[in-house]
Amino acid sequence: MTSIGTGYDLSNSVFSPDGRNFQVEYAVKAVENGGTAVGIRCKDGVVLAVEKIITSKLLKPGANKRIATVDRHVGIVSAGLVPDGRHFVSRARDEASSWRGVYKGPIPTSALANRLGGYVQAYTLYSSVRPFGTTAIVAGWDSEAELAVDGQVGTGPSSGSGGKVEGAKGGGPGLYMIEPSGLYWVSSTSASASSPIYHPNPTILPGGYYGAATGKGRQAAKAELEKLDLSSGNLSLADGVKEAARIIYVAHEDSKDKEFELEMSWISSVDGPTKGRHEEVPKELREEAEKAAKRALEGEDEEEEEKMEE
Amino acid sequence: MNHFPEAWGRPRDDVYGAYDHSYLQTTGPKAHTSSPAVTGTSVLGVKFNGGVVLATDNLASYGSLARFTDVKRLRVFGSNAIVGFGGDVSDMQYIDRLLESIDIRENYSHHGNMLNAKNLHTYLSKVFYKRRSEFNPLWNHILVAGYDGEGEPFLSSADLLGTTFSAPHLATGFGAHLAVPILRRLFPEEMPLEEVSKEAAIEALKQCLKVLYYRDARSMDKYSIAVITKEGIDIKENEVIEGTELGFC
Repeated sequence: MTSIGTGYDLSNSVFSPDGRNFQVEYAVKAVENGGTAVGIRCKDGVVLAVEKIITSKLLKPGANKRIATVDRHVGIVSAGLVPDGRHFVSRARDEASSWRGVYKGPIPTSALANRLGGYVQAYTLYSSVRPFGTTAIVAGWDSEAELAVDGQVGTGPSSGSGGKVEGAKGGGPGLYMIEPSGLYWVSSTSASASSPIYHPNPTILPGGYYGAATGKGRQAAKAELEKLDLSSGNLSLADGVKEAARIIYVAHEDSKDKEFELEMSWISSVDGPTKGRHEEVPKELREEAEKAAKRALEGEDEEEEEKMEE
Repeated sequence: MNHFPEAWGRPRDDVYGAYDHSYLQTTGPKAHTSSPAVTGTSVLGVKFNGGVVLATDNLASYGSLARFTDVKRLRVFGSNAIVGFGGDVSDMQYIDRLLESIDIRENYSHHGNMLNAKNLHTYLSKVFYKRRSEFNPLWNHILVAGYDGEGEPFLSSADLLGTTFSAPHLATGFGAHLAVPILRRLFPEEMPLEEVSKEAAIEALKQCLKVLYYRDARSMDKYSIAVITKEGIDIKENEVIEGTELGFC
């Protein structure tokens, strides 16, 4: 970096003459050192996985969770500075709760991503703060079933004004990734970020990424995600869990000397295993996926060895 | 229209008399709920061997008017507790949303220990007591049903003053006068809980609901009934009291 001594990186919100914001770029560097995190949007759910490097043998296995639940239907995992990630989650929970206070229902994943994107971006604007040293993956399932309004006591009219629209469908999986600059992508097929509640075309599901990866092993992880052909919408949640585990194992290959724990969570459709809630992947299922991941890696090694012998 | 702009758009004093400003004050003492508006009547509950059953009718009255006839007054909390609400319906909605936010926050921690019905009852009774101490009570009388910390069936009541009371069978409102004597006759004090079957408890509540439908003018024949067992909660919200005979009226 040629900026050393130029002074354009001394304060937030200061551009260099060639249009860069160095503080934000340094924050991205902090993310690039963090354990790999991936998210996969499947046809019937979303899965999150993170490579948790064991920094001390004195820490209890399975403690210090890195994937957090927001409201009931959203999960957030972040790579980079862990405390920044925790603050981010705390803000997400506040946003979800305030949404309920106003709209008496769960916040759509896209709306949550939108608000969090705005929040993170604000931290690039002022000299009194620094940008978030995290890239967060926000995964959620917006209920496709008609939800009761919070506190609703009756069923309301079945016809006439205030009656229900037959066959109106919405909901589905959402996967968003928010970077230190506040940048996040939505897919153009989803409704606008702030009002995605009703989808005129039920065959188009809510959006964001098909697969997202961040942290140290993101390049390897992205390469693996691209092989999955996620845009065709064929991958099931059960297979998604296995793939996520495998991808974390693949991404870990470059830092093999360090031990790690795999943490995984998922959100299924309302008629799936988690009933639209964000939950930790059950231990048995995770261990099974980890075994499969290790087998797949060993298989690759053998193939390579065979080639060498030839 | 006259030359006093502050009088424009207001009823003319010379036609309607001076406006009584005591109706809309911006200063002065703050008014709190001093009586409920839309109300639900009795909540009934019976403990049986291995669980609890709760029942309410589906009516919300506006004074003596039977205003809303599909009001669900049994609210599920988490996976193994139910709160049955008598009294003000808007305060019930407030408490329901409060419980929802608590349930969401409980799930943020990973230890997996959820609030049980006993914890919930303690908490709600303290919410009631706090609000009555602010002279702004939540106008309800509730029954909380589920399991306590030892996994035993739990049933207890709390009212708008924060008063709590527990018994193997309970009823709020009119039911406290009409249903409790019936339940005491069916399940006497000396009868151990092990001898009360689920079916007997459900049958007893149906009988009480029928008596209440006959005698309580704020009741109706559509009701909700929830059975809590170790297997989970079985809630039916659109039941009808059977075998009623009002031809003699």
